[in-house]
Amino acid sequence: MSATWQPKPARPAPTHVVGVWGWMRQNLFATPGDVLLTIIAALALYYTIDVVFHWAIIDASFSGTDRTACLKEVQGACWPFIEAKFGQFIYGRYPEAERWRVDLVYLIGFVGLVPLLVPQIGWKRANVIFMLGPFPIFAFLMLTGGAFGLVAVETTDWGGLLVTLVVAITGIVASLPLGILLALGRRSEMSIVRSLCIGFIEIFRGVPLITVLFMASVMLPLFLPDGVNFDKLMRCLIGVALFSSAYMAEVIRGGLQAIPKGQYEAAAALGLGYWRVTGLVVLPQALKMTIPGIVNTFIGLFKDTTLVLIVGLFDLLGIVQFHFTDASWATPETHITGYVFAAFVFWVFCFAMSRYSIFMENRLSTDRD
Amino acid sequence: MSRRDALLQLVTLALVVAGIGWLIANVADNLDRQNIASGFGFLNERAGFGISQTLIDYDEDDSYRQVLIIGLLNTLLVSVLGIIFASVLGFLLGVGRLSRNWLISKIAMVYIEIFRNVPLLLQIMFWYFGVLRNLPSPRQAINIGDVMFLSNRGFALPSVSFMDGAGFYGLALLAIIVTAIGLRRRARKLFLATGQIVAFWKPLGIVSLAVLLLAGAVAGLPFAADIPSLRGFNFRGGMSVIPEFVALLLALSLYTAAFIAEIVRAGIMSVYQGQREAAAALGLSHNRALSLVVIPQSLRVIIPPLTSQYLNLTKNSSLAVAIAYPDIVSVFAGTTLTQVGQAIEIIFITMMVYLLLSLLTSWAMNRYNARIALVGQN
Amino acid sequence: MAQPIVQIRQLNKWYGNFHVLRDIDLDVAQGEKIVICGPSGSGKSTLIRCINRLEEHQEGTLMFDGEEIGDGTKSLEDVRKNIGMVFQQFNLFPHMTVLENCALAPMWVLQMPKAEAEAVARKFLERVRIPDQADKYPGQLSGGQQQRVAIARALCMNPKVMLFDEPTSALDPEMIKEVLDVMVELGDEGMTMVCVTHEMGFARQVADRVIFMDAGEIVEQNNPEAFFANPQNERTKLFLSQVL
Repeated sequence: MSATWQPKPARPAPTHVVGVWGWMRQNLFATPGDVLLTIIAALALYYTIDVVFHWAIIDASFSGTDRTACLKEVQGACWPFIEAKFGQFIYGRYPEAERWRVDLVYLIGFVGLVPLLVPQIGWKRANVIFMLGPFPIFAFLMLTGGAFGLVAVETTDWGGLLVTLVVAITGIVASLPLGILLALGRRSEMSIVRSLCIGFIEIFRGVPLITVLFMASVMLPLFLPDGVNFDKLMRCLIGVALFSSAYMAEVIRGGLQAIPKGQYEAAAALGLGYWRVTGLVVLPQALKMTIPGIVNTFIGLFKDTTLVLIVGLFDLLGIVQFHFTDASWATPETHITGYVFAAFVFWVFCFAMSRYSIFMENRLSTDRD
Repeated sequence: MSRRDALLQLVTLALVVAGIGWLIANVADNLDRQNIASGFGFLNERAGFGISQTLIDYDEDDSYRQVLIIGLLNTLLVSVLGIIFASVLGFLLGVGRLSRNWLISKIAMVYIEIFRNVPLLLQIMFWYFGVLRNLPSPRQAINIGDVMFLSNRGFALPSVSFMDGAGFYGLALLAIIVTAIGLRRRARKLFLATGQIVAFWKPLGIVSLAVLLLAGAVAGLPFAADIPSLRGFNFRGGMSVIPEFVALLLALSLYTAAFIAEIVRAGIMSVYQGQREAAAALGLSHNRALSLVVIPQSLRVIIPPLTSQYLNLTKNSSLAVAIAYPDIVSVFAGTTLTQVGQAIEIIFITMMVYLLLSLLTSWAMNRYNARIALVGQN
Repeated sequence: MAQPIVQIRQLNKWYGNFHVLRDIDLDVAQGEKIVICGPSGSGKSTLIRCINRLEEHQEGTLMFDGEEIGDGTKSLEDVRKNIGMVFQQFNLFPHMTVLENCALAPMWVLQMPKAEAEAVARKFLERVRIPDQADKYPGQLSGGQQQRVAIARALCMNPKVMLFDEPTSALDPEMIKEVLDVMVELGDEGMTMVCVTHEMGFARQVADRVIFMDAGEIVEQNNPEAFFANPQNERTKLFLSQVL
C-alpha cells in the first residue's frame, strides 16, 4: 500500500515578514543601531533636499535679461543667466548664422553612433568604417569651413560643449589605434620595441594630464621647425591623444591577456602569420571584451577635457567660467548657478556612458557563459 | 627571434633615434633663435615672487630651487591629507553601499553616482569660486564659537603654543606609546601561549591617564591657545588656512572618495558569502570573522586599485593651478616657467617629480602584491 | 529516552513570500545519524542551515541541547561552536594554510594556546588522512582533500553535532569516496550527524534514519532498510526511481 502525498498549501508569510511594515522592519529598523542610523540619515536627507529645493526652485529667479533679475533678498539659482548664455555654452563664439553646421555634425554623428552602440543592430563593420573614415572628414570640413562655399570659422571661435565633444571624441578615436599598437608592442617578443612601448606607456600614465597639456602648448612649438605650427586646439588634441593612448593601451592589453592561448595556437596552426593572427582572430575578440574598459576610459577623458581651460581653450566649463566676468550678470549666485548647469551637463553624459558600460559588461559576461 | 623581427627592431630603433635627433635639432635651433637659455642654472637664481602657503621658510630672495621644494611640499601636503580624508569617507561610503539599511545604501549610491560623474576641475572651481570666495569678508566672518572664523580670506583656526615644561608631556606621550607596544606584545604572546585574550584598551587607558596626571602634577599646563582675532582687514594670530587649500582638499577628497567607495564595495563583495558563513559556523563572532577572514581577503582585492586611486589623487592635485594653490605645477611649471621661459627644463623636472612618485609607489605595490599573492589560486 | 540534542517543532520559514519550510517536526537523538534527501528546492539545505541559524526561521521552535535558538538567543557563537558544519563548496579560508584553517577557531573561540590548537589540528588532519598537507594552502589541494580539511576544521571544535550540506556534490566522481570514507568512519565513532546528501549508498551504510523532503515538508522518514525497500509514498518512490 502506498499513500499519495499532497503538498500542504503554502501559507502567506506572517505580516511582520512581508508587506510595507515587514519591508521597513528588515531594511530600515532591523536593530536599534539601524533605527538610529535611519533616523539620522532621514534627517540629513530631508535637510539636503530642503536646501536644494529652495535654492533651485522656491528662491530661484526664472526670467529676466540681466543681473537685476537675480538680486532678491533671499536669492536662489539665477536661471536667466543660463538662458541668456545658453547659445554660448553650447557653441562658444561660433557665428550664430553658421551654428546649423555644428547641429548637422551632431545629428549625423548621433545617427551613426546609436546603431553602433546597440548590440542588436547589424552593419557594425560598415558603420565603424563610416564613423572612422568619412565622418571625421565631413565633420572637419563642416566645422572649419573655408571650402564648398562655407564661411571659414577659426578654431579660436569654437567653444562650449562643441570643444568638449571635439576634444573628447578626437582624443578617443585617435587613441584607439595608437593604444592598440602600444598594447601589441608591449606584449611583443622584440625587446627594443617592447621597451619603447613600456617607456611611453609608463611615462604618460605616471604624469598628470595638465603637464602633458603644458608640454603640448608650450613645448611643442619648440620641437617643430621654424615656421611650422598648429593652432592651440590642434596642439591640445595631440597632447590628449598621446595621454589617453597610454591608458587605452593598458585597457587593450587587459583584453589581449584574457584571450586564451589556444586561440593563438589554433590560428597559427592554420598557417596564419602574426599580423593575420592578431588582426583576424585576437584583436576582434579582445576589443569586444574591452568595450566596457574603453567606455570607462572615455568617461575619464570626457571629464578631463575640462583641463584644456587651463591652457586657454574654452570648453564647456571654460566658457561658463569666462562668462562670469560679464558685469551685466555679476550676482552672488551666478557662479554656483553656472557650475551647477555645467555639472549637470557633464553628469548626464558621464552617467549615461557609465550605465552603457555596465550594460555591456553584463551582456559580455552572459555571452561568455 | 627571426631575422625579419631583428630587422624590424633595428628599423624601429633607427626611426625613434632619428625622430628624437630631429626634435633635438629643432629645439636647439629654436632656442638659439629665440635667445632662450638652457641648462639648469636658473635653479640658483632669485625667484622674486611671494608664495601664499609655505611649509618651510621662504621669501622672495630665495632661489627657484627653493620654489620647487615649496611646491613639492605643498603638493605632498594636500595629497597626503586628501588621501586620508578620501580613504575614511570612501571606506564609510563603500560599507554604507553594502549596508542592509536601505536608506543608507541608497544615499551612498546617490553620492557615488553624483561625485564621480562630475569633472574634478569643475568641483574644485565650484568649491573655490562658488562657495569659499562667496563667503563674507573677514569683518562679517562666520564665527564658530569665537575660536574659528570662516571668511573669503580662508579659515582662521586656533593654534596651540608650547611653553616651558611641555617636554614633560612629550615624555608622557612617549611612555604611552611604549606601554601600548608592550601591552600589544604581551597580549600576543599570552594569546599564543595560553589562548587567553588579554585586555588591551583598558590597561592602556589607565596607564595613559596616570602618566598624563603625573605630567600635569610636575609641569602644570604649559600650553597657550592662540585664538585668531580680527585686526584691521584680516585675522591675526592662530593658524590661517588659505581658501585655495581648503577648496582643493575638499574637492580631491570628495571626488576620490566616490571611487574608493566602489573599490571597497567590490573588495568586500569579492569575498564569497560562504566565507562568512564558514566563519560564523565555527563560532567566530561577527567582528572576529571580519578581522580574521573577510578583511584580510578583501584587502588583497582592494589594495592594488586603491593605490592607483592614491596616485590619481596625487596627480589630480596638479589641478591646483586653476585656483592658484601653490603646488608644484602652479608655482614651478606656472609662475617660474613664465618668468624664466625655459619650458623644456621646467616641464621635464615637473614630470620627473611625478614620475618618480608613481614609480616609487608602484614598486612598493608590486612588492606588497608579491608578498600577499594567494598561493595556488586559480 | 534521553533529551534529543536537536528538537524542531512546527518550524516555518519564508523567503519573502515564498513558503520554503512548512510545519517541520524533527528530533535528532544523541549519536543519531540522519540523512536528508529530496529534489533540489525541497528546503533540505535550508532546514539544516536553520539548525545553526545561518538562516532565520519565522515560526515554530528550534532547540539545540536544551537551549532555544531564535531571535532571543543571547550568544549565537556559543551555540555554533558546538555545531560543526561542512559546506558543499568547502569554504576553506584561502589566505591561510590548512593548519591555520583548522587551528583558527580553537584559538579564537575556545581560547586554546597556539601549540595546543595546532596539536589538535594535526590530530584531526591525521584522522582525515592528510597530515602531510598541513602547511599547504587550500588552493594547492584537490577538491576531495579540501573537503576533508573542512571536515577536520569542524571536528577541531569538538562539536556535539555535525551538519553536512551536500558535502560531495561539488566533487569529481573519483574524489567522492575519499570524503564518504571519512564520514562513515565518523559515524562509526558515534558522532551525531545530519547529512543532506544524494549518496544513497552512504545512507544505507551509515544512517539510522532517512528523511525525504519535498516542497518544504518532510514527506516520509524511516530506517534505511524500510525506506529503500518499501517506500510508503508515491512521491518517495518516484524520487528513488530517479536517483537510484
